[in-house]
Amino acid sequence: MKLLTLNFLTCAIKTCKSAPSSFPLHPRDASLEVIETDLNLPFLKNILPRLMWDELRVITSELGLPDLPPTPPTREDLVVAAEDAAVEGEESEEEASQTAKDLHRVLLETTVKEGKLVCGNCGHEYKVLEGVPNFLLPGHLV
Amino acid sequence: MSRPEDILPPDLFYNDSESRKYTTSSRIQRIQSDMTHRALSLLDLHSPSLILDVGCGSGLSGEILSNTADDGTPGGPHVWIGFDISSSMLGVALEKEVEGDLFLADAGQGVPFRPGTFDAAISISAIQWLCNAETSEDSPLGRLSRFFGGLYASLRRGGRAVCQFYPKNDEQKKMVSQAAIKAGFGAGLLEDDEGTKNAKTYLVLTVGGGDLDGDITGVVRGMDGVDVMARPGVARGAKRGQEAKGSKGWILKKKEQMERKGKVVKASSKYTGRKRRVQF
Repeated sequence: MKLLTLNFLTCAIKTCKSAPSSFPLHPRDASLEVIETDLNLPFLKNILPRLMWDELRVITSELGLPDLPPTPPTREDLVVAAEDAAVEGEESEEEASQTAKDLHRVLLETTVKEGKLVCGNCGHEYKVLEGVPNFLLPGHLV
Repeated sequence: MSRPEDILPPDLFYNDSESRKYTTSSRIQRIQSDMTHRALSLLDLHSPSLILDVGCGSGLSGEILSNTADDGTPGGPHVWIGFDISSSMLGVALEKEVEGDLFLADAGQGVPFRPGTFDAAISISAIQWLCNAETSEDSPLGRLSRFFGGLYASLRRGGRAVCQFYPKNDEQKKMVSQAAIKAGFGAGLLEDDEGTKNAKTYLVLTVGGGDLDGDITGVVRGMDGVDVMARPGVARGAKRGQEAKGSKGWILKKKEQMERKGKVVKASSKYTGRKRRVQF
């Protein structure tokens, strides 16, 4: 499961819906895996405003990954400033900057393979096996 | 025609052998891919988006979502997150090494994502399973409302969802679309090849707001100097001929009603129900 997904996932239990601490879910005993994928710049631009950057920083520090900068990058940071293209007035392929590459690495290539996700509110543990979290709940918690 | 929903719950019905059969059958593959393409065209996406695949199964539709625009996926390649209740199906998806993230979850228990997560949602041949409740403490209506409520919350404003499903009868069709409308969606049912054995029902759901802005058909998108006049909120307002509660007309009507009932009512004057000036 990608770290991107973890930035959107909340606890599924009904009583946690209104509690702010049910997001993000905290990974425990997690083993990570890097799965390389193609860089998708339009997608990164699309998803950037929706990221909760502070929560992402919490998760990366809990996983022991290198620290992220305290402020989220802007859309302009993701592309290399190409002035030549603007002068020519033609639409050319935008080139991804190092920031975009790093962001792609963290969000889309770093995945949680095994471990647990723990809700900060109720403490419910969701097991992750082979990258698939188990969100099935017993009937009384729905 | 036998319906798998009537035989067993989905997590038991799609066991290892049934999942493999489902995934390797070229006929099912073709139907699923046709339906996914149709759903994608209804979603009307223009740039790579984050998509939820409800009941992703072995990732047959997910593979299409991951394709690039050149391979026939409009706006692709999309990033998708899928969930399914059958672990065998997910096992097949893992073997195929699909690109999306997989979850073992029951759509009837809600959608565990924070508000405004997804650009769009797609569901191919899945939500008819929600019309069956397996335990006495659960009900089809409850499952449907939890699912659509969660889906509505997790889609961003202006997002769309397309759910293809096989309704058992008209009653079930109505139950599903009513549940979606109750959750807040703008819902429309689309039927391809109606009346034939190959009839396919698509539930097209829209979340108001965002850049949709009343222009649901998208005909005038990008045109300059065009105002969209239809405002959904206005049409839903007070019915014609009905006075707003507390207004002068409403008070006079009530007094008349009470008088007719034989109650003692103060005489109306020019002061009755007049607007009070702001004091300061």
